[in-house]
Amino acid sequence: MAVIKVNQADFENEVLKADKPVLVDFNADWCGPCKMLGPVLEEISEQRDDVKIVSVNVDDNRELAEKYDIYSIPCIVVIKNGEEVNRHVGLIPKSAVEALIK
Amino acid sequence: MYDIIIVGAGPAGMTAAVYAKRAGKSVLVLEASGYGGQIIKAAEIRNYPTEKNISGVEFATKLYEQAEALGAEFRFEKVIGIEDKGSEKLVTTVADTYTAGAVIVATGSDSRKLGIADEDKLVGRGVSYCATCDGSFFRGKNVAVAGGGSTAVDDALYLSQLAEKVYLIYRTPKLSEEGAKEKLAEHENIVLMPECGITSLNADKKLESITVKHKDGTEENLDVSGLFVAVGRVPENQNFAKLIDLNEKGYAVSGENCHTATPGIFVAGDNRVKELRQLVTAAADGAVAATEAVKYLRTL
Ligand SMILES: Cc1cc2nc3c(=O)[nH]c(=O)nc-3n(C[C@H](O)[C@H](O)[C@H](O)COP(=O)(O)OP(=O)(O)OC[C@H]3O[C@@H](n4cnc5c(N)ncnc54)[C@H](O)[C@@H]3O)c2cc1C
Repeated sequence: MAVIKVNQADFENEVLKADKPVLVDFNADWCGPCKMLGPVLEEISEQRDDVKIVSVNVDDNRELAEKYDIYSIPCIVVIKNGEEVNRHVGLIPKSAVEALIK
Repeated sequence: MYDIIIVGAGPAGMTAAVYAKRAGKSVLVLEASGYGGQIIKAAEIRNYPTEKNISGVEFATKLYEQAEALGAEFRFEKVIGIEDKGSEKLVTTVADTYTAGAVIVATGSDSRKLGIADEDKLVGRGVSYCATCDGSFFRGKNVAVAGGGSTAVDDALYLSQLAEKVYLIYRTPKLSEEGAKEKLAEHENIVLMPECGITSLNADKKLESITVKHKDGTEENLDVSGLFVAVGRVPENQNFAKLIDLNEKGYAVSGENCHTATPGIFVAGDNRVKELRQLVTAAADGAVAATEAVKYLRTL
Protein backbone atom coordinates (compact mmCIF):
# COMPACT_ATOMS: atom_id res chain seq x y z
CA MET A 1 0.00 0.00 0.00
CA ALA A 2 1.30 3.44 -0.83
CA VAL A 3 1.59 6.35 1.60
CA ILE A 4 -1.75 8.17 1.70
CA LYS A 5 -2.02 11.96 1.82
CA VAL A 6 -4.51 13.04 4.46
CA ASN A 7 -5.88 16.40 5.54
CA GLN A 8 -7.96 17.92 8.31
CA ALA A 9 -11.21 16.70 6.76
CA ASP A 10 -10.38 13.00 6.47
CA PHE A 11 -7.95 12.71 9.41
CA GLU A 12 -10.59 11.30 11.73
CA ASN A 13 -11.65 8.56 9.34
CA GLU A 14 -8.24 7.71 7.92
CA VAL A 15 -6.26 7.94 11.16
CA LEU A 16 -8.25 8.10 14.36
CA LYS A 17 -10.74 5.41 13.32
CA ALA A 18 -8.25 3.19 11.47
CA ASP A 19 -8.31 -0.51 12.29
CA LYS A 20 -4.52 -0.72 12.57
CA PRO A 21 -1.67 1.43 13.91
CA VAL A 22 -1.08 4.55 11.83
CA LEU A 23 2.24 6.26 11.30
CA VAL A 24 1.57 9.94 10.58
CA ASP A 25 4.38 11.77 8.80
CA PHE A 26 4.11 15.55 9.34
CA ASN A 27 6.07 17.27 6.58
CA ALA A 28 6.27 20.24 4.21
CA ASP A 29 7.50 20.89 0.70
CA TRP A 30 10.29 23.22 1.85
CA CYS A 31 11.75 20.76 4.38
CA GLY A 32 14.86 18.94 3.14
CA PRO A 33 15.00 16.17 5.75
CA CYS A 34 11.28 15.48 5.05
CA LYS A 35 12.12 14.87 1.41
CA MET A 36 14.76 12.35 2.45
CA LEU A 37 12.37 10.55 4.78
CA GLY A 38 9.62 10.27 2.13
CA PRO A 39 11.13 7.38 0.13
CA VAL A 40 11.94 5.48 3.37
CA LEU A 41 8.28 5.62 4.43
CA GLU A 42 7.14 4.73 0.92
CA GLU A 43 9.34 1.60 1.07
CA ILE A 44 7.98 0.54 4.47
CA SER A 45 4.40 1.09 3.33
CA GLU A 46 4.98 -1.17 0.30
CA GLN A 47 6.45 -3.92 2.47
CA ARG A 48 4.08 -3.97 5.43
CA ASP A 49 0.35 -4.17 5.66
CA ASP A 50 0.11 -4.31 9.46
CA VAL A 51 0.60 -0.56 9.62
CA LYS A 52 -0.89 2.32 7.70
CA ILE A 53 1.33 5.23 6.70
CA VAL A 54 -0.13 8.66 6.03
CA SER A 55 1.39 12.02 5.17
CA VAL A 56 0.19 15.40 6.49
CA ASN A 57 1.41 18.63 4.92
CA VAL A 58 1.71 21.08 7.82
CA ASP A 59 1.30 24.18 5.64
CA ASP A 60 -2.04 22.98 4.29
CA ASN A 61 -3.19 21.58 7.64
CA ARG A 62 -2.12 24.06 10.31
CA GLU A 63 -4.87 23.02 12.72
CA LEU A 64 -3.66 19.42 12.73
CA ALA A 65 -0.06 20.53 13.21
CA GLU A 66 -1.16 22.67 16.13
CA LYS A 67 -3.36 19.98 17.63
CA TYR A 68 -0.40 17.57 17.65
CA ASP A 69 2.05 20.25 18.88
CA ILE A 70 4.29 19.93 15.86
CA TYR A 71 7.19 22.38 16.24
CA SER A 72 9.77 20.71 14.03
CA ILE A 73 9.55 18.46 11.01
CA PRO A 74 9.86 15.77 9.87
CA CYS A 75 7.85 14.52 12.82
CA ILE A 76 6.51 10.99 12.93
CA VAL A 77 3.59 10.36 15.27
CA VAL A 78 2.35 6.81 15.77
CA ILE A 79 -1.34 6.58 16.57
CA LYS A 80 -3.13 3.49 17.84
CA ASN A 81 -6.89 3.44 18.42
CA GLY A 82 -6.98 7.20 18.10
CA GLU A 83 -4.26 7.77 20.72
CA GLU A 84 -0.67 8.88 20.25
CA VAL A 85 1.66 6.08 21.38
CA ASN A 86 5.02 7.20 20.02
CA ARG A 87 6.75 10.06 18.26
CA HIS A 88 10.07 10.99 16.72
CA VAL A 89 11.40 14.31 15.43
CA GLY A 90 14.05 14.38 12.68
CA LEU A 91 15.38 12.21 9.89
CA ILE A 92 16.05 8.59 10.86
CA PRO A 93 16.92 5.44 8.89
CA LYS A 94 14.40 2.73 8.05
CA SER A 95 15.31 0.47 10.97
CA ALA A 96 14.65 3.28 13.43
CA VAL A 97 11.29 4.07 11.85
CA GLU A 98 10.32 0.43 12.14
CA ALA A 99 11.35 0.42 15.79
CA LEU A 100 8.77 3.16 16.41
CA ILE A 101 5.93 0.92 15.22
CA LYS A 102 7.06 -2.27 16.94
CA MET B 1 36.11 -7.39 4.08
CA TYR B 2 36.08 -4.08 2.22
CA ASP B 3 39.04 -2.09 0.95
CA ILE B 4 37.70 1.14 2.43
CA ILE B 5 34.96 1.89 4.94
CA ILE B 6 33.71 5.47 5.06
CA VAL B 7 31.94 6.68 8.21
CA GLY B 8 29.35 9.36 7.34
CA ALA B 9 27.48 9.98 4.08
CA GLY B 10 27.82 13.76 4.04
CA PRO B 11 29.50 15.65 1.20
CA ALA B 12 32.99 14.62 2.39
CA GLY B 13 32.16 10.92 2.82
CA MET B 14 30.26 10.60 -0.45
CA THR B 15 33.02 12.39 -2.40
CA ALA B 16 35.54 10.00 -0.83
CA ALA B 17 33.32 7.12 -2.02
CA VAL B 18 33.37 8.46 -5.58
CA TYR B 19 37.17 8.73 -5.59
CA ALA B 20 37.71 5.33 -3.94
CA LYS B 21 35.34 3.59 -6.38
CA ARG B 22 37.03 5.26 -9.35
CA ALA B 23 40.32 3.87 -8.02
CA GLY B 24 38.75 0.40 -8.24
CA LYS B 25 38.31 -0.20 -4.49
CA SER B 26 35.41 -1.88 -2.71
CA VAL B 27 33.65 0.70 -0.56
CA LEU B 28 31.12 0.59 2.27
CA VAL B 29 29.61 3.86 3.49
CA LEU B 30 28.02 3.76 6.94
CA GLU B 31 25.58 6.52 7.83
CA ALA B 32 23.68 7.16 11.07
CA SER B 33 20.69 9.02 9.61
CA GLY B 34 20.04 9.69 5.91
CA TYR B 35 22.59 10.54 3.21
CA GLY B 36 23.57 14.17 2.69
CA GLY B 37 24.70 15.42 6.09
CA GLN B 38 24.05 18.98 7.23
CA ILE B 39 23.49 20.38 3.78
CA ILE B 40 20.02 18.84 3.39
CA LYS B 41 18.79 21.63 5.68
CA ALA B 42 19.92 24.29 3.21
CA ALA B 43 17.15 25.62 0.97
CA GLU B 44 19.66 26.92 -1.53
CA ILE B 45 23.35 26.65 -2.26
CA ARG B 46 24.85 29.42 -4.38
CA ASN B 47 28.57 28.94 -3.93
CA TYR B 48 29.34 25.44 -5.16
CA PRO B 49 31.38 25.59 -8.38
CA THR B 50 29.22 24.82 -11.45
CA GLU B 51 25.95 25.19 -9.50
CA LYS B 52 24.30 28.62 -9.68
CA ASN B 53 21.52 27.66 -7.31
CA ILE B 54 20.69 24.19 -6.08
CA SER B 55 18.82 22.95 -3.02
CA GLY B 56 20.68 20.98 -0.38
CA VAL B 57 18.55 17.90 -0.98
CA GLU B 58 19.14 18.02 -4.72
CA PHE B 59 22.89 18.45 -4.20
CA ALA B 60 23.01 15.52 -1.76
CA THR B 61 20.91 13.31 -4.02
CA LYS B 62 23.10 13.97 -7.06
CA LEU B 63 26.22 13.06 -5.11
CA TYR B 64 24.56 9.97 -3.62
CA GLU B 65 23.45 8.76 -7.05
CA GLN B 66 26.94 9.34 -8.42
CA ALA B 67 28.58 7.29 -5.66
CA GLU B 68 25.98 4.54 -5.88
CA ALA B 69 26.22 4.28 -9.67
CA LEU B 70 29.96 3.74 -9.28
CA GLY B 71 29.22 0.80 -6.96
CA ALA B 72 29.63 2.20 -3.46
CA GLU B 73 27.57 0.27 -0.92
CA PHE B 74 25.55 2.27 1.64
CA ARG B 75 24.25 1.02 4.97
CA PHE B 76 22.26 3.19 7.35
CA GLU B 77 23.77 2.22 10.68
CA LYS B 78 25.46 4.45 13.24
CA VAL B 79 29.12 3.64 13.88
CA ILE B 80 29.91 3.32 17.55
CA GLY B 81 33.57 2.35 17.44
CA ILE B 82 36.61 1.52 15.37
CA GLU B 83 39.31 -0.95 16.38
CA ASP B 84 42.78 -0.83 14.88
CA LYS B 85 44.23 -4.29 14.18
CA GLY B 86 47.04 -2.98 11.98
CA SER B 87 46.30 -4.09 8.43
CA GLU B 88 42.64 -4.61 9.36
CA LYS B 89 40.26 -2.14 10.93
CA LEU B 90 37.09 -3.34 12.64
CA VAL B 91 34.21 -0.94 12.38
CA THR B 92 31.32 -1.60 14.75
CA THR B 93 27.85 -0.20 14.17
CA VAL B 94 24.66 -0.49 16.17
CA ALA B 95 23.82 -3.52 14.00
CA ASP B 96 27.05 -5.29 13.01
CA THR B 97 30.85 -5.26 12.70
CA TYR B 98 32.58 -4.73 9.35
CA THR B 99 36.23 -5.06 8.35
CA ALA B 100 38.29 -2.89 6.02
CA GLY B 101 41.91 -2.17 5.14
CA ALA B 102 41.41 1.55 5.59
CA VAL B 103 38.80 3.79 7.20
CA ILE B 104 37.84 7.37 6.43
CA VAL B 105 36.05 9.19 9.25
CA ALA B 106 33.81 11.84 7.67
CA THR B 107 31.36 12.40 10.50
CA GLY B 108 31.05 16.18 10.16
CA SER B 109 29.57 18.17 13.00
CA ASP B 110 26.34 18.58 14.91
CA SER B 111 24.73 21.55 16.67
CA ARG B 112 26.16 22.28 20.10
CA LYS B 113 23.67 21.83 22.92
CA LEU B 114 23.24 24.24 25.81
CA GLY B 115 23.48 21.35 28.23
CA ILE B 116 20.42 22.24 30.31
CA ALA B 117 18.09 19.67 31.88
CA ASP B 118 15.32 18.40 29.54
CA GLU B 119 16.90 20.02 26.48
CA ASP B 120 16.93 16.74 24.52
CA LYS B 121 13.40 15.86 25.58
CA LEU B 122 12.08 19.19 24.31
CA VAL B 123 13.57 18.99 20.82
CA GLY B 124 10.55 19.25 18.53
CA ARG B 125 8.52 20.53 21.47
CA GLY B 126 9.92 24.03 21.49
CA VAL B 127 13.69 23.58 21.46
CA SER B 128 15.26 23.88 18.02
CA TYR B 129 18.71 24.18 16.47
CA CYS B 130 17.57 25.51 13.09
CA ALA B 131 15.60 28.77 12.85
CA THR B 132 15.03 28.57 9.10
CA CYS B 133 13.76 24.98 9.46
CA ASP B 134 11.39 25.41 12.40
CA GLY B 135 10.70 29.16 12.59
CA SER B 136 7.37 28.98 10.79
CA PHE B 137 5.84 26.95 13.63
CA PHE B 138 6.24 29.93 15.94
CA ARG B 139 4.27 32.51 13.98
CA GLY B 140 2.83 35.08 16.37
CA LYS B 141 4.45 33.51 19.43
CA ASN B 142 7.28 34.62 21.71
CA VAL B 143 10.64 32.97 21.13
CA ALA B 144 14.21 33.21 22.41
CA VAL B 145 17.51 32.75 20.64
CA ALA B 146 20.53 31.61 22.65
CA GLY B 147 23.92 32.71 21.36
CA GLY B 148 25.98 35.81 20.60
CA GLY B 149 27.59 34.92 17.29
CA SER B 150 26.59 35.70 13.73
CA THR B 151 24.28 32.68 13.41
CA ALA B 152 22.34 33.77 16.50
CA VAL B 153 22.01 37.31 15.11
CA ASP B 154 20.81 35.99 11.74
CA ASP B 155 18.34 33.70 13.52
CA ALA B 156 16.96 36.59 15.57
CA LEU B 157 16.52 38.73 12.45
CA TYR B 158 14.81 35.88 10.61
CA LEU B 159 12.50 35.06 13.52
CA SER B 160 11.56 38.71 14.06
CA GLN B 161 9.53 38.51 10.83
CA LEU B 162 7.48 35.60 12.16
CA ALA B 163 7.36 35.75 15.92
CA GLU B 164 5.65 38.27 18.18
CA LYS B 165 8.77 38.90 20.26
CA VAL B 166 12.33 37.62 20.03
CA TYR B 167 14.68 37.62 23.03
CA LEU B 168 18.35 37.33 22.07
CA ILE B 169 20.21 35.91 25.06
CA TYR B 170 24.01 35.85 25.23
CA ARG B 171 26.67 35.55 27.90
CA THR B 172 29.07 38.20 26.68
CA PRO B 173 28.62 41.98 27.18
CA LYS B 174 28.74 42.49 23.41
CA LEU B 175 27.72 40.63 20.29
CA SER B 176 30.72 39.33 18.36
CA GLU B 177 29.61 40.57 14.95
CA GLU B 178 30.48 44.15 13.96
CA GLY B 179 27.36 46.26 13.40
CA ALA B 180 24.98 43.57 14.68
CA LYS B 181 23.49 45.73 17.41
CA GLU B 182 22.50 48.43 14.92
CA LYS B 183 20.95 45.88 12.55
CA LEU B 184 18.93 44.33 15.38
CA ALA B 185 17.82 47.72 16.70
CA GLU B 186 15.83 48.28 13.50
CA HIS B 187 13.45 45.57 14.66
CA GLU B 188 11.26 46.69 17.53
CA ASN B 189 10.29 43.17 18.53
CA ILE B 190 13.87 42.02 19.25
CA VAL B 191 14.98 42.34 22.87
CA LEU B 192 18.71 42.08 23.57
CA MET B 193 19.72 40.34 26.78
CA PRO B 194 23.51 40.59 27.22
CA GLU B 195 25.39 38.92 30.07
CA CYS B 196 22.58 36.45 30.68
CA GLY B 197 22.51 32.69 30.93
CA ILE B 198 19.59 30.30 30.60
CA THR B 199 19.26 28.26 33.76
CA SER B 200 16.14 26.22 33.14
CA LEU B 201 13.59 25.16 30.56
CA ASN B 202 10.09 25.10 31.95
CA ALA B 203 7.72 22.76 30.20
CA ASP B 204 4.74 20.59 30.64
CA LYS B 205 4.33 18.74 27.35
CA LYS B 206 5.96 21.57 25.45
CA LEU B 207 8.15 24.53 26.27
CA GLU B 208 6.24 27.19 28.21
CA SER B 209 8.96 29.46 29.53
CA ILE B 210 12.68 29.73 30.25
CA THR B 211 14.47 31.04 33.30
CA VAL B 212 17.23 33.52 32.62
CA LYS B 213 19.87 34.58 35.10
CA HIS B 214 21.30 38.07 34.87
CA LYS B 215 24.88 39.10 35.70
CA ASP B 216 23.81 40.40 39.13
CA GLY B 217 22.36 37.01 40.00
CA THR B 218 18.69 37.92 39.64
CA GLU B 219 16.51 35.48 37.78
CA GLU B 220 13.67 36.16 35.40
CA ASN B 221 11.08 33.99 33.69
CA LEU B 222 10.41 34.64 30.02
CA ASP B 223 7.24 33.21 28.51
CA VAL B 224 8.40 31.70 25.23
CA SER B 225 7.16 28.73 23.23
CA GLY B 226 10.36 28.44 21.24
CA LEU B 227 14.04 28.42 22.10
CA PHE B 228 16.46 28.51 19.18
CA VAL B 229 19.92 27.40 20.22
CA ALA B 230 22.73 28.89 18.11
CA VAL B 231 25.87 28.33 20.12
CA GLY B 232 28.05 26.75 17.44
CA ARG B 233 28.70 23.23 16.27
CA VAL B 234 30.61 20.29 17.70
CA PRO B 235 32.58 17.78 15.64
CA GLU B 236 31.30 14.21 15.87
CA ASN B 237 34.62 12.62 16.81
CA GLN B 238 33.92 11.44 20.37
CA ASN B 239 33.59 7.78 19.38
CA PHE B 240 37.01 7.74 17.72
CA ALA B 241 39.07 9.75 20.19
CA LYS B 242 41.40 6.83 20.92
CA LEU B 243 42.61 6.58 17.32
CA ILE B 244 42.51 10.21 16.20
CA ASP B 245 44.27 13.16 17.88
CA LEU B 246 41.68 15.76 18.79
CA ASN B 247 42.28 19.41 19.67
CA GLU B 248 40.71 21.09 22.69
CA LYS B 249 37.50 21.73 20.74
CA GLY B 250 37.24 18.12 19.61
CA TYR B 251 38.32 18.61 15.99
CA ALA B 252 40.60 15.99 14.42
CA VAL B 253 44.13 17.30 14.22
CA SER B 254 45.30 16.56 10.71
CA GLY B 255 47.05 18.31 7.88
CA GLU B 256 45.97 18.78 4.29
CA ASN B 257 46.74 15.06 3.68
CA CYS B 258 43.91 13.98 6.03
CA HIS B 259 46.14 11.52 7.94
CA THR B 260 45.50 10.81 11.63
CA ALA B 261 47.57 9.43 14.47
CA THR B 262 46.66 5.91 13.29
CA PRO B 263 48.04 4.64 9.95
CA GLY B 264 45.15 3.57 7.73
CA ILE B 265 42.62 5.85 9.43
CA PHE B 266 41.91 9.14 7.68
CA VAL B 267 39.61 12.11 8.37
CA ALA B 268 37.70 14.25 5.91
CA GLY B 269 35.33 17.19 6.14
CA ASP B 270 33.95 19.44 8.86
CA ASN B 271 35.23 17.26 11.72
CA ARG B 272 38.82 18.17 10.85
CA VAL B 273 40.82 21.22 11.98
CA LYS B 274 40.56 23.70 9.13
CA GLU B 275 39.96 27.34 8.23
CA LEU B 276 36.79 27.04 6.17
CA ARG B 277 33.98 24.53 6.63
CA GLN B 278 32.01 24.43 3.41
CA LEU B 279 30.87 21.94 0.78
CA VAL B 280 33.77 22.58 -1.51
CA THR B 281 36.35 22.04 1.24
CA ALA B 282 34.50 18.94 2.48
CA ALA B 283 34.52 17.54 -1.05
CA ALA B 284 38.22 18.38 -1.39
CA ASP B 285 38.99 16.50 1.83
CA GLY B 286 36.99 13.51 0.58
CA ALA B 287 39.09 13.38 -2.58
CA VAL B 288 42.38 13.68 -0.69
CA ALA B 289 41.44 11.16 2.03
CA ALA B 290 40.33 8.56 -0.53
CA THR B 291 43.51 9.01 -2.55
CA GLU B 292 45.66 8.72 0.59
CA ALA B 293 43.70 5.61 1.66
CA VAL B 294 44.32 4.00 -1.73
CA LYS B 295 48.06 4.78 -1.37
CA TYR B 296 48.04 3.28 2.12
CA LEU B 297 46.34 0.06 0.92
CA ARG B 298 49.25 -0.47 -1.49
CA THR B 299 51.65 -0.69 1.45
CA LEU B 300 49.76 -3.56 3.12
C1 LIG C 1 21.73 25.26 7.11
C2 LIG C 1 23.08 25.08 6.49
C3 LIG C 1 23.37 25.70 5.28
C4 LIG C 1 24.61 25.54 4.67
N1 LIG C 1 24.83 26.16 3.47
C5 LIG C 1 26.01 25.97 2.82
C6 LIG C 1 26.24 26.56 1.53
O1 LIG C 1 25.39 27.25 0.97
N2 LIG C 1 27.44 26.32 0.91
C7 LIG C 1 28.42 25.55 1.49
O2 LIG C 1 29.47 25.35 0.87
N3 LIG C 1 28.23 24.99 2.73
C8 LIG C 1 27.06 25.19 3.40
N4 LIG C 1 26.86 24.61 4.65
C9 LIG C 1 27.99 23.86 5.26
C10 LIG C 1 28.07 22.43 4.70
O3 LIG C 1 26.79 21.83 4.81
C11 LIG C 1 29.11 21.60 5.45
O4 LIG C 1 30.36 22.23 5.38
C12 LIG C 1 29.23 20.20 4.87
O5 LIG C 1 27.98 19.54 4.90
C13 LIG C 1 30.26 19.36 5.61
O6 LIG C 1 30.26 18.08 5.08
P1 LIG C 1 30.79 16.81 5.91
O7 LIG C 1 30.60 15.64 5.00
O8 LIG C 1 32.16 17.09 6.40
O9 LIG C 1 29.88 16.72 7.21
P2 LIG C 1 28.30 16.59 7.43
O10 LIG C 1 27.57 17.29 6.37
O11 LIG C 1 28.10 17.01 8.84
O12 LIG C 1 28.01 15.03 7.28
C14 LIG C 1 28.45 14.10 8.23
C15 LIG C 1 27.58 12.86 8.16
O13 LIG C 1 28.11 11.87 9.04
C16 LIG C 1 27.06 11.25 9.73
N5 LIG C 1 27.57 10.70 10.99
C17 LIG C 1 28.00 11.39 12.09
N6 LIG C 1 28.40 10.54 13.07
C18 LIG C 1 28.23 9.28 12.56
C19 LIG C 1 28.45 7.97 13.08
N7 LIG C 1 28.95 7.78 14.32
N8 LIG C 1 28.15 6.91 12.30
C20 LIG C 1 27.65 7.08 11.05
N9 LIG C 1 27.41 8.30 10.50
C21 LIG C 1 27.69 9.38 11.25
C22 LIG C 1 26.04 12.34 9.93
O14 LIG C 1 24.75 11.79 10.16
C23 LIG C 1 26.14 13.10 8.61
O15 LIG C 1 25.27 12.58 7.64
C24 LIG C 1 25.63 24.76 5.28
C25 LIG C 1 25.35 24.12 6.50
C26 LIG C 1 24.10 24.27 7.11
C27 LIG C 1 23.83 23.59 8.43
